[in-house]
Amino acid sequence: MMRLKQPETILIKGIREGLLITLGEGDWQSIFASLMEKITEKEKFFEGAKLALDVGNRTLHAADLGTLRDRLADKNIILWAILSNSPVTELTAQDLGLATRMSVPKPERIIKSIESSIPGEDAIFLRKTIRSGFKVVSNGHIIIFGDVNPGGEIIAGGSVIIWGRCQGVVQAGVDGDQNATVCALDLNPTQLRIAGIIAISPKRKGKPQPEVAKIIAGQVVVETWNPKSR
Amino acid sequence: MNAKVVTISSGKGGVGKTTTSANLAVALAQENQKVVCIDGDIGLRNLDVILGLENRIVYDLVDVVEGRCRIRQAMIRDKRLPELFLIPAAQTRDKSAVSPSDMIRLCEELRDEMDWIIIDSPAGIERGFRNALAPADLVLVVTNPEVSSVRDADRIIGLVEAEEKGPAQLILNRVNPSLTKRGDMLSTDDVLELLAIKLIGVIPEDESVIVASNRGQPVTFANNSKAGQAFHNIAKRLLGEEVPFMDIEANNGLMNKLAKMMKFRGD
Ligand SMILES: Nc1ncnc2c1ncn2[C@@H]1O[C@H](COP(=O)(O)OP(=O)(O)OP(=O)(O)O)[C@@H](O)[C@H]1O
Ligand SMILES: [Mg+2]
Repeated sequence: MMRLKQPETILIKGIREGLLITLGEGDWQSIFASLMEKITEKEKFFEGAKLALDVGNRTLHAADLGTLRDRLADKNIILWAILSNSPVTELTAQDLGLATRMSVPKPERIIKSIESSIPGEDAIFLRKTIRSGFKVVSNGHIIIFGDVNPGGEIIAGGSVIIWGRCQGVVQAGVDGDQNATVCALDLNPTQLRIAGIIAISPKRKGKPQPEVAKIIAGQVVVETWNPKSR
Repeated sequence: MNAKVVTISSGKGGVGKTTTSANLAVALAQENQKVVCIDGDIGLRNLDVILGLENRIVYDLVDVVEGRCRIRQAMIRDKRLPELFLIPAAQTRDKSAVSPSDMIRLCEELRDEMDWIIIDSPAGIERGFRNALAPADLVLVVTNPEVSSVRDADRIIGLVEAEEKGPAQLILNRVNPSLTKRGDMLSTDDVLELLAIKLIGVIPEDESVIVASNRGQPVTFANNSKAGQAFHNIAKRLLGEEVPFMDIEANNGLMNKLAKMMKFRGD
């Protein structure tokens, strides 16, 4: 199929970075001549322009591009970029310190998909009885699946969960984390501290129940775990 | 023969380790087992006194370890029970004379000739305890139904676990049923709930234990004491027999547990 219309030989467009000139078909020498002609015609318009030149598929060498840049400079036009589909032309342009892309591609905006795995925090887990004279220490949280006997000690930077009876010494939030909590199925510690604050725990009466200790208004408060009002 | 090494420990002193060691050894020997007791309480030996063998000591454990005699020469044969032997502790004050590896070597040598090696460990968690623990196949922890003794037993059980010699089994000694009934003494249930290990024996507080020890005739020799009976039961359990627990704590502890079980069944 025949082309009905020859594309414009020289196309000029204003862009954010200055001017973009796209060169059409034709041999380099003649298109270069007609470009210079056009510029001379509209000297005022081109004066001081920053120019990006799209040379299409042409293979241009250092001499061609050097001359081009110098001639444009004579007209007070700054050639800053050569756009080309030819790798040779691109490399030549790069050697001359010219850009070969219109702009640094902006990093693609990262569109976060809705993340359904929750990162969580570090904890250590022990499935055993913490007996008298033994100590569990961690900067993170501590989970014990078992009892903490009198004389046993739990010292955590974070929170402490004891799935069992707690009769030893428990310190949570030792580095000052006031949000740390201590829970146990039967919370009956020798001593309990959260962020350095010592709990004054009344002796429990009746059946043991799961309890949660936390700081409320600067005091360690022990509450019965209530599945309805957490 | 391939002897089983049973170590008797407690943590707290004076709860009845030596009494238990002597009586278990006698009870096992009465079941026709070849038994050797090793007194691991160097410097404070008294297993020989309780067994009434004190006047026959020539060589001791340290002599064996330091090569001054052969094991055989240090083993005192009990004339009442020809299958019962004692290797007495040294009276020397130097507790570092024996090391855990010495104990392991010693027991390895004895294993072939014996059915049971009973090691009486000293109070505390120091060297002597480590020595007694090192060759153990089974650790029996003795405690009294009293808070501080249970606390120390808990510590020992933890150390036994840490040394991968667990799980230890529990002997509850000096149980006084009337005190327990009044709630003035921990019940078996209280103790077991805390220590969470298997119970192998409950021994009542029994005057005849003291009388027997003073005479060098462990209660297990006489057949009429409750404590003696309790030690015999432990020996039988060690031999794999199912022996029901004696009714010394009537009205609490095990009986309650049994009652509860029955109730569950009935529901
Ligand atoms: N069931 C009992 N009834 C009455 N008295 C007992 C009982 N068991 C032990 N005793 C007494 O308790 C005292 C301490 O016992 P024993 O020497 O066996 O304890 P131990 O744990 O070996 O002590 P140590 O830590 O000093 O070695 C002894 O006088 C002993 O007779
Ligand atoms: Mg002793």
